[in-house]
Amino acid sequence: MASITLDTVGKIYPGGTRAVGDVSIDIADGEFIVLVGPSGCGKSTLLRMIAGLESISEGTVRIGDRVVNDVEPADRDIAMVFQNYALYPHMSVRDNLAYGLKNRRTPRAEIDRRVAEAAVILQIGPYLDRKPRALSGGQRQRVAMGRAIVREPAAFLFDEPLSNLDAKLRVTMRLEIKELQRRLRTTSIYVTHDQLEAMTLADRLVVLNAGRIEQIGTPLEVYRKPASTFVAGFIGSPAMNLISRRAVPHLPVAAQAGTIGIRPEDLSVAPDGPIEMEVLAVEELGAQRLVHGQTGGERLTVAMPSDAPLSDRLRLSYRLGSLHLFHPETGRRID
Amino acid sequence: MIENRPGLTLLAHLVLMAGVAIVALPVWVAFVASTHTATDFMSGTIPVWPGPHLVENYARMLDAGVSTSGTPPVGTMMLNSLVMALLIACGKIAISITSAFAIVYFRFPLRQLAFWCIFITLMLPVEVRIVPTFQVVADLGLLNSYAGLSIPLIASATATFLFRQVFLTIPDELTEAARIDGAGPMKFFRDILLPLSRTNIAALFVILFIYGWNQYLWPLLITTSSDYYTVVAGIKRMADAVDGLPQWHLVMATAMLAMLPPVAVVIGMQRLFVKGLVETEK
Amino acid sequence: MKRTIFRNQLLPWLLLAPQLAITFIFFLWPAAQAIRQSFLRQDAFGINTSFVGLANFRALWNSPEYLNSLQVTAVFAVMVTVLSMGFSLLLAVAVDRTIRSSNVYTTLLVWPYAVAPAVAGILWWFIFNPTIGIMPYVLGGIGYDWNHISSKSDALVLVVIASAWKQISYNFLFFVAGLQSIPASLREAAAIDGAGPVRRFFDITLPLLSPTTFFLLVVNIVYAMFDTFAVIDATTEGGPAQATNILVYKVYFDGFVGQNMGSSAAQSVVLMGIVILLTAIQFRYVEKKVAY
Repeated sequence: MASITLDTVGKIYPGGTRAVGDVSIDIADGEFIVLVGPSGCGKSTLLRMIAGLESISEGTVRIGDRVVNDVEPADRDIAMVFQNYALYPHMSVRDNLAYGLKNRRTPRAEIDRRVAEAAVILQIGPYLDRKPRALSGGQRQRVAMGRAIVREPAAFLFDEPLSNLDAKLRVTMRLEIKELQRRLRTTSIYVTHDQLEAMTLADRLVVLNAGRIEQIGTPLEVYRKPASTFVAGFIGSPAMNLISRRAVPHLPVAAQAGTIGIRPEDLSVAPDGPIEMEVLAVEELGAQRLVHGQTGGERLTVAMPSDAPLSDRLRLSYRLGSLHLFHPETGRRID
Repeated sequence: MIENRPGLTLLAHLVLMAGVAIVALPVWVAFVASTHTATDFMSGTIPVWPGPHLVENYARMLDAGVSTSGTPPVGTMMLNSLVMALLIACGKIAISITSAFAIVYFRFPLRQLAFWCIFITLMLPVEVRIVPTFQVVADLGLLNSYAGLSIPLIASATATFLFRQVFLTIPDELTEAARIDGAGPMKFFRDILLPLSRTNIAALFVILFIYGWNQYLWPLLITTSSDYYTVVAGIKRMADAVDGLPQWHLVMATAMLAMLPPVAVVIGMQRLFVKGLVETEK
Repeated sequence: MKRTIFRNQLLPWLLLAPQLAITFIFFLWPAAQAIRQSFLRQDAFGINTSFVGLANFRALWNSPEYLNSLQVTAVFAVMVTVLSMGFSLLLAVAVDRTIRSSNVYTTLLVWPYAVAPAVAGILWWFIFNPTIGIMPYVLGGIGYDWNHISSKSDALVLVVIASAWKQISYNFLFFVAGLQSIPASLREAAAIDGAGPVRRFFDITLPLLSPTTFFLLVVNIVYAMFDTFAVIDATTEGGPAQATNILVYKVYFDGFVGQNMGSSAAQSVVLMGIVILLTAIQFRYVEKKVAY
């Protein structure tokens, strides 16, 4: 168990390309942190730097009280779960779990105890003597987590561990990971590009874009007060409407705002609403309906109950206090 | 097959049977010859069907040989061939797999140069550098030794490339997982790479065993003592010696014995053999 | 390119050491010696050597024997390649048509790969033995008097057959693999377009097989030029009258039997040039996969 501190961490590849820059995060002991962002935003690189699989070009990484910049991955007291699981294909499940412990010269009895314990927690007891290829995707996923658990490390690092699973299993496993982390209280850093996964798992989210931190906060903070247009567009589904102030000149907002953000669920049909939208397409989702249209040349999406009346042109109003304002040049939030 | 044309299928079978017959012809003739006595050849042409002297001829060759030819018993020569083939196959695999490991999993200065040094051996078959290589082996005092028979043939770019290919297909995450699990390079090599390359090693072994067993020019040159004659090279000495005397039945018995081990390996391990053959050429 | 690498600096050299040592001692050093000697000439007693520039190469170029050997090698290589590849392609196409029994045929056709070239030479030498062999007996029946000991063309045919026979299995396996990699849907589409089996073979199968064919072409030429040494030595020994004296055999003969080091070394250098050229062609085209 340990806290993890990143202090102005950066990564520059030998060719001179900068992958990560100026990242500082304080992760408390037992916290579940999710690094989220689009592909290529540097989140995996950052995780691999914490793991010791990538060298650290700038700044320091601390696990507990120790600076680990030059410490081998095996000596950082971390465990990692990989996207493709990286199970040793020629070893049985039991040997996969035990391999790291054997290398650390853990006594035989202790290895057996920990493997048995992990097998119970993850319900993989019946498969212990099988080879990974004889397991289903979900079972392999559990074994990969088992390999992390038996090590009883200071931190778990997850690198998009669910993206190889089908949608349904992903939801189940997401919940299992959450429960497991609650139970073990092990500091965890989890990388994903899926904002829903990020929202549901995280104690705190770190939203990354182009190698830099856009925002750090609890899922609700990030959702309610996105720090930039990037975060506003990335977190939340359907995505927040971001429209130019010029498209809705009559809205009463601060003068310095360049972009106005409104979540689709904050808009509603009202005969006397201030926004008029021309409807272009309708998506029925069952519980609700998404209506896509345009106003003043900008695209707009509205989430409404599926029994709300529809017509070619709709007048819309918004919930009070639900407007997000962003600076025209920097895209940062204005409060 | 797209349309059902029994005529074409029949033709295909006829072609194949003819092919099999042509391919088998020389071996059948040799086998028949090896079961007769010298006098059976006096009549003019050799018999078409096997005679009754199979056991007698083979037993004689295996433990006595033809003393007038200066060659040792075929049993001894086969043992030499076996030692040479095993040394070459195991040696090539051992040095290729370690060098492929070095080239794929490490970054060090002059890595490209090392790679090219190995690559260039592809372009220098023993036949083209035969005289100076012989000189080197003679200077090192390796004539008439198992080391001299095998070591100069051990360097192999093809085997190194094969293992390089195999290693490149092993996911990076496996290496990373092993590193996090506390495995250093040699531990990773032993616990992960070797087991994962098992079938490739076996397939390569089949090919290299045949390669080693069938060496001709090299053993012919560097063995002057009959103690180190290999069967493939020895058979020629025997054929030369008996050319005057019609002892073809004994030469053919030796030929049959010389091809038996590699042919048995190919037929017994056909799947591995085909895999090895196709992979080493990619 | 591997993402994960180990950081050790000494270890990779230790791992490479055996391979590099053997490469230097038995490959690079002798090759360098061959190149050096090709510019030197030894006197008759082997005492004095002098630098003669390109004289050895010029001597080769002016030697009727060497030019003959070049010509023999070219004819021999073409004949072996065409005969072996043609026969193998026929068998491979036939096997491709049989479904259930293809494994049996494959087993019956692959084993000659395991027969040493020297042994293959001895086997065919025996079959064509002018006094007791089967083939001269059969050929005599149709009025041909076979004698590879005196007839130059008979001797060449003998070594070609022995060398081609040995290579059938190899070509066969690669042609079968090549045929199997052609999607059945292409041939089905051609059949629907009205092409019969023969037309399909020439219009669809053969062009799509061209990467395999090209690869085998190079491999067979290399085989015929270098690996057939044993076939020649075990049978004709280059004779009669130089009719089967291919380049590799001549290098050996001039070097070891004739003790003409300068000339043998120059011949080695020429041969290295040929191998390098063939390897380069092979790599270029194997990378590009010919047309497709």
